[in-house]
Amino acid sequence: MSAFPRVAVLGAVMATASACVTINIYFPAAAAEKAADRIIEDVWQLGEGETPTIRPQPDGEAK
Amino acid sequence: MNAMTNAMTNAMTNAMTKFRGWIAVLLLGFAGLVLAQGNIEIDTPAIAALKQSMQQRHAKLAPLYASGAVGLAADGNVALRDASGVPLAQRGQANALVAAENADRAALYREIARANGHPEWEADVRATFARRWIDRAQPGWWIQRDGNWVRK
Repeated sequence: MSAFPRVAVLGAVMATASACVTINIYFPAAAAEKAADRIIEDVWQLGEGETPTIRPQPDGEAK
Repeated sequence: MNAMTNAMTNAMTNAMTKFRGWIAVLLLGFAGLVLAQGNIEIDTPAIAALKQSMQQRHAKLAPLYASGAVGLAADGNVALRDASGVPLAQRGQANALVAAENADRAALYREIARANGHPEWEADVRATFARRWIDRAQPGWWIQRDGNWVRK
């Protein structure tokens, strides 16, 4: 059997799938919220233990 | 007769194998679609740099949030809401901090939308962040709700 039709249909399927991705896509609100939380945790240094802005002070200050 | 049935079974198995191949290709395609919709890319050098700059600034902004001089606005920015608590000599610096933070935030929202191939999402990204900054603000910080400043 010729391999041509197989390759052609495969190409068509992939093209259709990728077209769906780029054309019709809504803002993924839930994923964006998770991404926002990750960034906020980094910026505000919110650890797992919910201890924001409390930074360990370097003890043993030589004066 | 026997040879004919054999040929038919062969043809059928052949068709089945082909059919299964298509199903696999289709499923793979859908898997890619789902992945593309369920993810927001935030691991780019530009976003990392903005994050670091904001993280460093936060050490200076945190006391201003705590004193109520600076609050978290509903539009995803920070705002100097009560300068009277800031000593006159430091008001200029507080203003500069707020301006720099808002510039970084605007760049962050724009960069996230761009990194995901949808610059038009910038407003959605900003709205999402506005909500999350306020939700995650510490008790005692000032936040903007329905146009009014309230202490969390």
